[in-house]
Order: sequence, then C-alpha cells, then structure tokens
Amino acid sequence: MHACPECDALQRPVPLQSGGMARCWRCGAVLYRRRRHGLDATLALTLAAAVLFGLANAFPLVGLDLQGQTRDTSLWGAVSTLWDQDMALLAALVFATTLALPAFDLAAMLWLLLPLAVGRRPIAGAQVLRGLLAIRPWGMVEVFLLGVLVALVKLAHLATVVPGVALWSFGALILLMAAAAASFDADLAWARLTDAPQPAP
Amino acid sequence: MKRAPGSVPTAAAAGLARCHACGQLSRLPAAAGGAAAACPRCGAALHLRQPASVARTWAYLSAAAVLYVPANVLPVMKSGSLFGVQEDTILSGVVFLWRDGSWFLAALVFVASIVVPLAKLLALSFLLLGVQWRSAWQPQWRTRLYRIIEYMGRWSMLDIYVVTLLAALVQLQSLAAIQAGPGAVAFGAVVVLTMLASQSFDPRLIWDAAAAAPAATRKPAPTEAVR
Repeated sequence: MHACPECDALQRPVPLQSGGMARCWRCGAVLYRRRRHGLDATLALTLAAAVLFGLANAFPLVGLDLQGQTRDTSLWGAVSTLWDQDMALLAALVFATTLALPAFDLAAMLWLLLPLAVGRRPIAGAQVLRGLLAIRPWGMVEVFLLGVLVALVKLAHLATVVPGVALWSFGALILLMAAAAASFDADLAWARLTDAPQPAP
Repeated sequence: MKRAPGSVPTAAAAGLARCHACGQLSRLPAAAGGAAAACPRCGAALHLRQPASVARTWAYLSAAAVLYVPANVLPVMKSGSLFGVQEDTILSGVVFLWRDGSWFLAALVFVASIVVPLAKLLALSFLLLGVQWRSAWQPQWRTRLYRIIEYMGRWSMLDIYVVTLLAALVQLQSLAAIQAGPGAVAFGAVVVLTMLASQSFDPRLIWDAAAAAPAATRKPAPTEAVR
C-alpha cells in the first residue's frame, strides 16, 4: 500500500510504464514514478555535474571593464567580499546555498551511487540519503545563475561585461544537476540501500 | 466517483505512518508512551503528522512577517560613486530596471522579491487558518496552493544573489563601489524563514480538518429535517 504524502489517502500501487508517474486519486500529488533509466544514468550525470562544479568554482564568473579599470570575481570571491563588508550572515547564506550544499549534494550522490554501481553497499547509506533529501531544497544554484544574469544586465550599460569560463560552466551545471535529480529513483535507491523488497514495478 | 472526505481510508486512520524520508508505510506502536518510533527501513523518526506543525509554521511565519518590514524599507545596496552615495531598496531596484527599459527583468525581480514573499505569508496564513477553523472548503485547491508555495519559495533568493554579485564586481576605487546593505540581511532572513514555514506545514492537516468538519459545515441530513 501507498500513503499519499500530501493528503494521507491509502491506495494500492498500480504498475507503471517506463517514464510514467502515479498520482494520488484524491489530491493529485505525485506518489511515485518509474524512471526510464536506472541508477547508472544518474551516476553518469552526477559525475559530469561534479566536473562542471569544479570548473564553475575554479574560474572567474564574470569580469568588468570600466574605463581601463578591470575586476573579475569567482563565486568564492563574491562570498569573501560580502564577508569583508561585515555581512557575515549574508556571506554565510550565499556560501551555504550556492557552494556548500550543492557540493554536499554531489558528494552524497557519488557516495551512494559509486558503491551501488559496483554492487556494494555504501557506508551509512540510509543516513546519507536522508541528509541528501533534507538539504536538497536549500541548494539554489539555478536561482544564483538567474541572479548573475540580472546583475549583468544592470551592469551592462555602466561597463563592459566579460563573461568568464565559470558562467558557462554554471549554465551547464544547472542542466546536469536538474537532469541528475530528475533521473534519480529514490525508491529504487532506498530498496538497494536497505535490501528491502524492490518497489512494485 | 468522489467520496466524501470523511469516508476515505487514510494511513493515519489505519494506524500507519508514512516515513517522511523514504515513504515506507509502517505500523505505529499503539502505546508508544512518548517513545519515538523509527522507520524500520531508513531509521528516520516516525510521526503520523509533522510534530507541532501548526505552531511551528505560525512561529516561522510571524518572524518572517516582522522582518518583511525592514527587508523592504532598509537599503539592500549602497552604491558610492563620484556623484555621491545612493541607497537602493528592493523596490527602487525594480523601478531602476523599469525606467531603464528592462521591463522583463523588472517584472521578474518584482515577482521574485516582492510578490512571492508576500504571497507566501498570506497563503500560509490562509492555509493555517483553514486548518484551525476545521474548514472543509476545497481541500484539493488548498493542497495545490501549498504545492505552488513550496515550489516558488526558493526563487525569492534572486535579489540576494544580484546584490552579492554587484558588490563583488563593482569595487573600482575611484569610480564606483557597491556595498550590500542591512536590508539584504533582513530579506535573506525572510526567504529562509518562509521556506522553513512552508516545510513545517503539513498539508495532510488540510484533509484531516476537512474530514473532521462535515457535521458542522454540511447541510443537515434530510432525514433530520423531515423529523
């Protein structure tokens, strides 16, 4: 039996076609999905995202050129500027939502999926997956990228704006992270982590 | 085919708790005596409903409502240039974009920074009152409203990132320098608090209340009227 997470109605699971999803008959919440690919596809997307996350933080995001004076910044540079302006709380918030939690997200996915891919059980798998699902709403890389674009439009008529390597990396990163999250079959992962019976197909 | 809310079998009525982490249904020990039950599959604490959902949501929400004022009144950004210091609030930033001809961006920032936080405050208050007044009105519609709020909340962080980037880039000593202002801290706190508020609200309470309500809100049964 399944209970709807949003209205608690009990219902019998129905078999799904690949790529399909089951909705609660009473309130319409998504109950479960059947993904097209298994956990290996999620692993591949996560590995690619991890590489781009490295690039996105190793290079400058954008540069500014105003009458011969130039300045560029990386994400880390932006956070430390806030810190230096006595905006510790704000710096911590930006650091957590764009750097620390997305990094934890990627690391946790690899921690779970790499051992599973070679048929082993990850250490503390249930705790890591619970932590991952709990912090996920707080990683906001895609909102950050939109913020960067708005800032660039604001600056575009004051100075020449030079997009950096990291800007393109962030663009690709949000697509890959979204694809990895969408392809991640948490029910299957729970079953593989805990040896419980596989979820009904 | 729609049944009345009261007659729907729910997990709670069957003594089953759905694990908030892994979705596993398990039977709650009837006489737990306050001892915390744990999900047999993943070990997360089990509850029939989120503990103290209404009180916690109200607490986060009132803190957010209080901070909503400084978030909009205090400057989120101070720009110093050869022509003096200019202070920008969230709204004046939107006005700047609008005058500049970037209507699309102005509308985007206006929705993300002003409409969404306010809508979250009002909608969550509405949902909480509905639960407390045991309303049976349109539970499906109210659940959908909750889902939208849950999804939209994060996008309010937009302005925080805009200010972060402007402050980091515009540090050209002689010409112009931008600093984040105290309004940005208050605004960030509003976004975090409203996200915590919507996370601590349990939409199942809407349905519980609707199921408990019918006697009060439905018309008296015809048999009673005849008698």
